[in-house]
Amino acid sequence: MSSTRDIDALIEMMAKLPGLGPRSARRAVLHLIRKRAQLFTPLADLMHTVAASARECLNCANVGTSDICDICASEKRANGQLCVVEDVADLWAMERAGVFKGRYHVLGGTLSALDAIGPDELRIPKLVDRVTTEDITEVILALNATVDGQTTAHYIADQLEDRVTLTSLAQGVPIGGELDYLDDGTITAALNARKKL
Amino acid sequence: MEWRDQGILLGLRRHGESSAILDVFTPDHGRHAGVLRGATSRKIAPVLQPGAQLDVAWRARLEDHIGTYTVEPVRSRAAAAMGHRLALAGLNAVCALLSFALAEREAHPALYARTERLLDLLDQPDLWPLAYLKWEVALLEETGFALDLARCAVTGSSRDLIYVSPRTGRAVSASGAGEWASRLLPLPPILRGDGDGEDAEVLQAFQVTGHFLTNVLAHDLGNRPLPEARARFVSHFARRVDGL
Repeated sequence: MSSTRDIDALIEMMAKLPGLGPRSARRAVLHLIRKRAQLFTPLADLMHTVAASARECLNCANVGTSDICDICASEKRANGQLCVVEDVADLWAMERAGVFKGRYHVLGGTLSALDAIGPDELRIPKLVDRVTTEDITEVILALNATVDGQTTAHYIADQLEDRVTLTSLAQGVPIGGELDYLDDGTITAALNARKKL
Repeated sequence: MEWRDQGILLGLRRHGESSAILDVFTPDHGRHAGVLRGATSRKIAPVLQPGAQLDVAWRARLEDHIGTYTVEPVRSRAAAAMGHRLALAGLNAVCALLSFALAEREAHPALYARTERLLDLLDQPDLWPLAYLKWEVALLEETGFALDLARCAVTGSSRDLIYVSPRTGRAVSASGAGEWASRLLPLPPILRGDGDGEDAEVLQAFQVTGHFLTNVLAHDLGNRPLPEARARFVSHFARRVDGL
């Protein structure tokens, strides 16, 4: 029996993680073994704990370790604004910016003609329900500036029309962006969304 | 194997971490799939939206391999459509119907030319629904289910054509319909190239083309459900007709 069988199995599992391949997984595992006390053991403990406790928030579908996430549990975040995002990574990106002080709603995807994802596959009924029960005054549609993202935004707008104020993120030139390097679609969107100085 | 062509991007699926499988509609090679490496990069990802006009080069060792694409963006159409729900729904409907109805690697140069012209009208909401209707008629024709609206299937007359047979797609005149009238579909004049092209009439014509897309074309393709995107587009258009 090979003495490295478990290590090989660990490398194989690590290689399945996004951004890692077999070579980088091998390097990571070697690094962990060399830093057993400082890194490997605490990481293994944390992974064990999180694997047992990680779950989706029952309200917004954010990922946390309790049934209701910290954002939904915080009364300070109940300011009447609800930001709709496609997935948890988008929610975390918004939180990194630290400018939005309301609550979130994770749809779990977007409508897609090609992949045959319809409204029933997304958490749109729950969103409509939350708008009523949580006294929401503004729904911010922070969906990707893609055809699927905007199709979903229009669909949600139809569902919530006349019930709340609906807004969406602006589209256009990114901070630090140079016009010469922008694609024509972004320039079109930026020009359409121009504002008075 | 290698070729180069211009084409319309119908859709893409993620393939691994950084690649995607592109579904491109080209004039000479029809609907053709291929892998694009680095499709998720910040440089190219914004361009790869349905409806985009691309200059594509396809390469594979053997003809029946999926092959790889290299792409050069020509122009984007999604940005013009994103702000308008009807245009966006129309763009989705066109791309979804082409993916649904066309066999892979089967050239349809005439339909390609029509599709390109149609998508270039996306920013003209007054013209678009009628152009889209004519495109659906052309799609039925290209896929072998052409409507025959020149003369009555019963009497042979070319006058007074007000019905269309839901089974054969042939026009029927008022006198030819007889007691079968209630079982026939109404034939809006716009489908024969007459009429004013009013929105209400175009909407009625969508019910006729929708019937043939659903019950004939989709039935022939193994009874698969017609893409939801088409129903969404018609529903948005119906709201415009109702003034909502």
